[in-house]
Amino acid sequence: MKDHAVSSNRAIQQTLATYGGLLVAILALLGFFGVFAKNFLTATTLLTMANSIPDITVVAVGMTLVLIAGGIDLSVGSVLALSACCLGWLMVDLKLPLWLASLGAIALGACCGGLNGWISAAFRIPAFIVTLGMLEIARGSAYWITDSNTKYVGSSLGWFSDPIAPLGVSVSFLIATAVVLAGQWLLHQTVLGRTAVAIGTNAESVRMAGIRTTAPMVTLYAICGGLCGLAGMMQSSRLSTVDPNSGVGMELSAIAACVIGGTSLRGGQGSVVRTFFGVLVISILQTGLAQLGATDPIKRIVTGGVIILSVLLDSLRKQSAIR
Amino acid sequence: MLKLDSLTKDFATRAVDQVSLEFAPGQVHALLGANGAGKSTLCKMIAGLILPTQGSMVLAGKKYSPDSKRQAQRAGVQIVQQELNVLETLTLAENLFLSNLPNRWGILSRRTMHRRACEILVDFGLGDLDPHAPASSLGVGQQQLLEIAANTWQPTQVLILDEPTAALSTRESQRLFEKIHFWKHQGVAILYISHRLAEVQTLADRISILRDGRLQGTWSRGELQECDIVAKMTNPAKSIAPISSILPASPAESSRQALRVEQLRLSPKVQNVSFSLRAGEILGVAGLVGSGRTELLRAIFGADRASGGSLQVGDKPACKPFRNPNEAVRAGLVMISEDRKADGLLLTESIAANIQLPMLDRPGLGRFALARTGQARRIAETYCQNLAIRCDSTDQSVGTLSGGNQQKVVLAKWLERDGTVFLMDEPTRGIDVAARQQVYEVIRNLAKAGKGILVVSSDLEELIGLCDSIGVMSNGRWTASFSGPNYEPQAILEAMFAGYSAPETSTPP
Repeated sequence: MKDHAVSSNRAIQQTLATYGGLLVAILALLGFFGVFAKNFLTATTLLTMANSIPDITVVAVGMTLVLIAGGIDLSVGSVLALSACCLGWLMVDLKLPLWLASLGAIALGACCGGLNGWISAAFRIPAFIVTLGMLEIARGSAYWITDSNTKYVGSSLGWFSDPIAPLGVSVSFLIATAVVLAGQWLLHQTVLGRTAVAIGTNAESVRMAGIRTTAPMVTLYAICGGLCGLAGMMQSSRLSTVDPNSGVGMELSAIAACVIGGTSLRGGQGSVVRTFFGVLVISILQTGLAQLGATDPIKRIVTGGVIILSVLLDSLRKQSAIR
Repeated sequence: MLKLDSLTKDFATRAVDQVSLEFAPGQVHALLGANGAGKSTLCKMIAGLILPTQGSMVLAGKKYSPDSKRQAQRAGVQIVQQELNVLETLTLAENLFLSNLPNRWGILSRRTMHRRACEILVDFGLGDLDPHAPASSLGVGQQQLLEIAANTWQPTQVLILDEPTAALSTRESQRLFEKIHFWKHQGVAILYISHRLAEVQTLADRISILRDGRLQGTWSRGELQECDIVAKMTNPAKSIAPISSILPASPAESSRQALRVEQLRLSPKVQNVSFSLRAGEILGVAGLVGSGRTELLRAIFGADRASGGSLQVGDKPACKPFRNPNEAVRAGLVMISEDRKADGLLLTESIAANIQLPMLDRPGLGRFALARTGQARRIAETYCQNLAIRCDSTDQSVGTLSGGNQQKVVLAKWLERDGTVFLMDEPTRGIDVAARQQVYEVIRNLAKAGKGILVVSSDLEELIGLCDSIGVMSNGRWTASFSGPNYEPQAILEAMFAGYSAPETSTPP
């Protein structure tokens, strides 16, 4: 019984050590903008914020999984756009039912991701280069299938982003939360997740242990791609249109969220929940600064500073932990 | 059990040449040879890590030609390689079962894994460790045992152990030997590679010796004396090349101080260590694995930042410990690290480039001065001759050399850079008898030239044979000093354990 208390005590300590810093940062930001921006700490602002982050959250989860396995996916924004455009094409031009069209869009994203993973893992080409190629291919394909036009998909997708009456948050937000939890679970409780951490730590050791590395990498990239497809759906439903220009620069926002959450770009370290906190930090910062009347240039400068600062603090914390 | 038929492997040169051997179940079969003799290559072919150029294998009456480690494992062939392959971000349990994580439809069964991990850890004398702890919390010896455990819990027919005791303490080795006897009774054929001949003599039922890729013969236990083994490993045609002549030390040199260390601290592994090293002196540092020997060297060299104390190099005034290796090298210190693959060499670079590396920052040479590659190559060629580095050319990448030759490149690099104090951590780790003699000769010549030399080694006999005096590290403290040449090994051994028997000063959490 006492043992149990001790171990649960240690679990609490570990949880605090893992999430404490980010939680404090989030609370501090909320407090700061709550004091200085007039309407910041209101249900409307917070709910608007919550309903605007599902797409980036879902993409960042995929990115975290890939980064932890020692890879990187620069094509997320383009794959998001391609999946969204594909969704529009399936729904409007082929008149497919919503569920089938959505499935098609997500499957297309997963295929793009899987292709990334397969080429980089099977032929040992740096993921940076493969996904840079995919970034162009997917973006080009998105323009191609839409003739470079934004396409109206109607309101049949709208329910996805509309707030649910009593809660105030959208279906998208709930799905994104579920994806975060599922991602964390996948990372810690599945063979795939542990293999990902192992590959990210030392791929050569894993290979030497007689474990196939290609299949898990393909799966991880495919998950990332599929999540981009899901994010594309979320974005399209919010805007009622599919836009081949959507998701430009999203890879960098996603990586920023991962990095703020403490994921190592060298692989082997990271947490999906912490990435979610990273998304929150960026989102609170952007919304808060906007309400303070900051211009877009200022917002970008401050966000950039926060990214560097958070990594710096994380690194100092780790160094002091070693001492 | 396993039969090799004229197994051959060609790299740039022929590494293994028509080796035919048979391994019987329930026997420990030692594979001996100098570095570069082809032991590792042979083992890698058996374990499916590389494909043979020619020849075939038969396992338990069936044709056996694995093209991946996975296939070899399925057939019951396991290999524990010399390099540590433990994944530090994963837990002990996850490391144990990495190739076969207990799961149901891809979802980990953590409880099952934990239970089975506990059983295995206890079996290997690691029962006091938490299977949930990250592997990064283990010492090198424990990591080695963990790796052996990870490769042997599955049903095994043939087990290859490549230098398994290199990183183990005496007690950990004993535990491993017990396990080896157990596997023998289970009918496992064990292939055992070790440079520790005494260990081989007691453990092995049969001994096969390789030289330059060719099998010299197979003998039963007791047929060969240690000196016979060494004789069969060394090639009589090749004599050891003499080292370039070095001035004898003047008497004045030996009284001059080369390095003085005062109250050096690097918590928790180095606690207030003080000693001094004279010019021309070889000072050995003995100690058990994990006693803080390596950490002491790293702290002196600035590789890790010491938390207190002072250093005095030569007759310069005492100063604070160095903040980084660059400061140390500029002050005239040189360090040959324990792990040449991790921080001693640029494995993908050429021999010449490796030897030239420390020269890139030589004082007087401007930051924008040209890296003189032609000169570097000539210098490298000289060292390849003097130290008998076995290579095709100085442009060959260091990663393709054998361990002993790699170590010689490390030595060459620092000999060329030169300094007044040489710090050497396990300079003969994992290298063969011939290369070892050459390393000793280099060290003695350095001493003759008036350098101060600090040598850390796990091999007490090596220290006794080599050093003018020996200091002992035990549990982070410098517990004793002995001066040669007549040492009492018993007393040194006692000092090595002394720090652990003293009452624990740090309070447990």
